[in-house]
Amino acid sequence: MWLVKIYVTLKKGLLDAQGTATQNALESLGFEEIEEVRMGKYINIKMKGQNRQMVIQRVEEMGKKLLANPVIEDFDYEIEVLK
Amino acid sequence: MKFGVVQFPGSTCDYDCFYALNDVLKVEVEYIWHKQTNLEGYDGIFLPGGFTYGDYLRVGAIARFSPVMSAVIDYATAGGLVLGICNGFQILTEAGLLPGALMRNNSLHFICKYSYLKVENNQTPYTNSCKSGQVLKIPIAHGDGNYYIDDHGLSELIKNNQIVFRYCEKNGEITSMANPNGAVYNIAGVCNKEGNVLGMMPHPERCMEDCLGSSDGKYIFNSILNFLKKKLVLR
Repeated sequence: MWLVKIYVTLKKGLLDAQGTATQNALESLGFEEIEEVRMGKYINIKMKGQNRQMVIQRVEEMGKKLLANPVIEDFDYEIEVLK
Repeated sequence: MKFGVVQFPGSTCDYDCFYALNDVLKVEVEYIWHKQTNLEGYDGIFLPGGFTYGDYLRVGAIARFSPVMSAVIDYATAGGLVLGICNGFQILTEAGLLPGALMRNNSLHFICKYSYLKVENNQTPYTNSCKSGQVLKIPIAHGDGNYYIDDHGLSELIKNNQIVFRYCEKNGEITSMANPNGAVYNIAGVCNKEGNVLGMMPHPERCMEDCLGSSDGKYIFNSILNFLKKKLVLR
């Protein structure tokens, strides 16, 4: 069994309205050292797969088909073995 | 002449579309459940507004894989008229039938109000009853109407006359103040290259009678009827 941690974020350069609002709130609380806040989605998937390569292939497919919209979003992930 | 209004789980403007066609324009219309896969016999398909599948993951992302959508894609590819309103527009971009994507409003607010739209292209099945540059008063009601397309995509849209509506002032001037959601180039509605598929954030089905504050939605619905009656040819 594998644990896949998927991160979907708005592409660089696109206005991230949620990130900006959150950054403003943090700054108003005194966290003035903040340079930038970007918001995204974190998706946790437990899945079967014979080996890492096959898991990567399937996860890439999931990202392209559904989990991210390539027009506006980037897609990244980490894979761990679940014991 | 018969139209179909697709009902997805979470559609909320399906009845308004049905009412506009059936009660105001007195044309035949049927609901199409999202599991239906045969669209034969319809002269036009409406994807109504709403919050399909709770807007989970991304607006329109899950509805795009409803069984009816492969039929809608075939129907559109064959030249059939498909109009996506609000969430319907979002579904059409997710399905790849229209370019670009709809993001969260730049204000983060859900905005429900009348807006003014400039008709940029009156040579479509949806705008042929409008004058070029005509200003329509049509309401918006959305949280994710911020149309995005990259610079290359935008120049393609302009080159191919695919921008159908832009947010404007009452006098037709395109200003950033008139842009309710941060949409690139004040875009409120775009069509595909062929012109048979239109997506728009504003709701023409909500302004079909003067008692509602505007009946400008009729320009769009009457254009569709006009197009079908006269069998106008797509470019």
